[in-house]
Amino acid sequence: MSEAVTEKAVDAAIKETAIKMRGTDVSVFYGEKQALFDVNLDVRRNNVTALIGPSGCGKSTYLRCLNRMNDTIDICRVTGNITLDGEDIYDPKIDVVELRARVGMVFQKPNPFPKSIYENIIYGPRIHGQVSTRAEMDEIVESSLRKAAIWEEVKDRLQEPGTGLSGGQQQRLCIARAIAVSPEVILMDEPCSALDPIATAKVEELIDELRVNFTIVIVTHSMQQAARVSQRTAMFHLGNLVEEGPTDKMFTNPDTKLTQDYITGRFG
Amino acid sequence: MTEATADSPAATGSTKSGSLFKAGARTRKRHASERRFRLMGLSAVIFGILALVGLMTSILSNGLSSFQQTYVTMDVFLDPAKLDKGGNLDPADLEKITTFTIQPLIQTAMQKTLEELGIAAEGVNAKQAFDLISKEAPGELRRYILADPTRIGKTVSFDLLASGRIDGYYKGRVTMESAALDSNVSPEQLMLADKLKQAGILEARFNWSFFTAPDASDTRPEAAGLGVAILGSAYMMMIVLVLALPIGVAASIYLEEFAPQNRWTDLIEVNISNLAAVPSIVFGILGLAIFINFVGLPQSAPIVGGLVLTLMTLPTIIIATRSALKAVPPSINDAALGIGASKMQAIFHHILPLAAPGILTGTIIGLAQALGETAPLLLIGMVAFVREYPGAPPEGFFDPASALPVQVYNWTQRGDPAFVERASGAIIVLLIFLVIMNAVAILLRRRFERRW
Repeated sequence: MSEAVTEKAVDAAIKETAIKMRGTDVSVFYGEKQALFDVNLDVRRNNVTALIGPSGCGKSTYLRCLNRMNDTIDICRVTGNITLDGEDIYDPKIDVVELRARVGMVFQKPNPFPKSIYENIIYGPRIHGQVSTRAEMDEIVESSLRKAAIWEEVKDRLQEPGTGLSGGQQQRLCIARAIAVSPEVILMDEPCSALDPIATAKVEELIDELRVNFTIVIVTHSMQQAARVSQRTAMFHLGNLVEEGPTDKMFTNPDTKLTQDYITGRFG
Repeated sequence: MTEATADSPAATGSTKSGSLFKAGARTRKRHASERRFRLMGLSAVIFGILALVGLMTSILSNGLSSFQQTYVTMDVFLDPAKLDKGGNLDPADLEKITTFTIQPLIQTAMQKTLEELGIAAEGVNAKQAFDLISKEAPGELRRYILADPTRIGKTVSFDLLASGRIDGYYKGRVTMESAALDSNVSPEQLMLADKLKQAGILEARFNWSFFTAPDASDTRPEAAGLGVAILGSAYMMMIVLVLALPIGVAASIYLEEFAPQNRWTDLIEVNISNLAAVPSIVFGILGLAIFINFVGLPQSAPIVGGLVLTLMTLPTIIIATRSALKAVPPSINDAALGIGASKMQAIFHHILPLAAPGILTGTIIGLAQALGETAPLLLIGMVAFVREYPGAPPEGFFDPASALPVQVYNWTQRGDPAFVERASGAIIVLLIFLVIMNAVAILLRRRFERRW
């Protein structure tokens, strides 16, 4: 019996050290309106965590808290505690620009800069002082585009504008751009919702490959996508975190009725 | 299902059960009102075009003749006996050369020319023949001689400006009948001028000096030019560009991106729009009170005009910049922030380049408005009669100068009808500058927009 206890303790310890970002009692207010109610959610290292739930449930809001993009909205107020590797990211002493270099973001609608593909990728590393020579720049551009599975398609037209690519290519370009600064966490806000099924499949494949080097949090409307791509899933509803756990368990044997109803399509 | 409660098609005018090709009463009414609306729009456009055509015709018909000027080509012997009495180009002697000393030279030259060409000057004595030449000519000759005194003793061929009345004769302002009543010219002089024209030494040429010569006094409209006015306006535009553009763009960026949303910023925004509507003459009073009286800058100087016009152009630039910044999609800002750019980096590397076409267009439109402003310049004294060119910048900003629209105003105040022609010509020059500036604005906008 004590062996089982020890094993459980070891497992718990391993689980503890594998936490990349921890959110404790996170609440978000837009002016007077409260959008998130005391959310406690951990993001594990080198895992893909999917946030699911019906429209307006607060999953994108929570995602944007993780890299303080909510700061750009004047009336938005965040309470509670969010840490990255144990450090409070809302501490006034930290530089939010540094944070965003370590926690990158890919948006729902592909938004490449209206510059060349090369410029799109190299902009981040350049402003963070990660590159100095032309050779280093070329190397980062190539490796990011390769990791985003788009190198073969664009290697001959790096100087053409990024906005000239198709929707799926643009989104992979944005992912490459996010990767180029070597973040530790990549946040993805419904990255495939503007893409066709084939492009979606490519991006999902990509997410699986990226997991080896990055921690990924993905907000998705598609349950199938969450099931395919993630290791852990969190279910949100009306600003509350309803349930969180391993993906297999969530989709086959969820703890709460709400989750069960959502997954089986009773609502949402 | 409810009962069929529809009225009969004929009563309501709808053809629910008729042919699509038959227009009911309502359809006909709708068509009629659409036709009326289109007609109103078309008439408004036509009215605008007609007004513009009328304006342009009036200006061009009055002003185009100012680009031509009558000249008389003569050989003038620079008699050392009169010019250089000492004989060795002593500066003290050269000082004594005035326009009075030069007048006889021209008179002699005229007599000699008439003799050589075998023209009999009937009813015109030597002085009257000399009067065919503009009173500016001795001054020009004097400048020529003093520029290089070794020219004394040579015979040089000059293109001398013909007098205002002669010029007017060839432009239709002066006729034989009016000359009979005019104290400044006689019909005999006009006939002599005709003979000179036949002989080929009197002709009308393109008037380059209109652009380069300074203003001239009331009695010499033929010599009046826009040189000083163009320089003055150019200096002021330089000052406005260098001051208003950076200040306006910086203020706009601050208000758009950094300022907190509270009562103070709201107040500022409302007041910026108000500033754009303030009558320009108020800025003139402001300039007079602050820049001239309080700070002590020289009157009639481009620096004061430039500062006043900067204040006037700032609201235009700020408003144009704000709307250009607002038009940039927020997704670009999000993308830049998302990969860890700071706010300043996002603004300068991404948003400003995209907003640049709008900013440039607003700036050039503001500059074009400033170019044509007259009221504030009148109040700060730029309406003076200025004959000296302002110096090179930056010292030249403090020399007295004039400005294009003010020069137009000045010339319309003068009695001689020749100045009406000058004023219209100046308006044409002003319009050409404005057209060029607007064309540059459009070209720049196109060029920047292609990158997007």
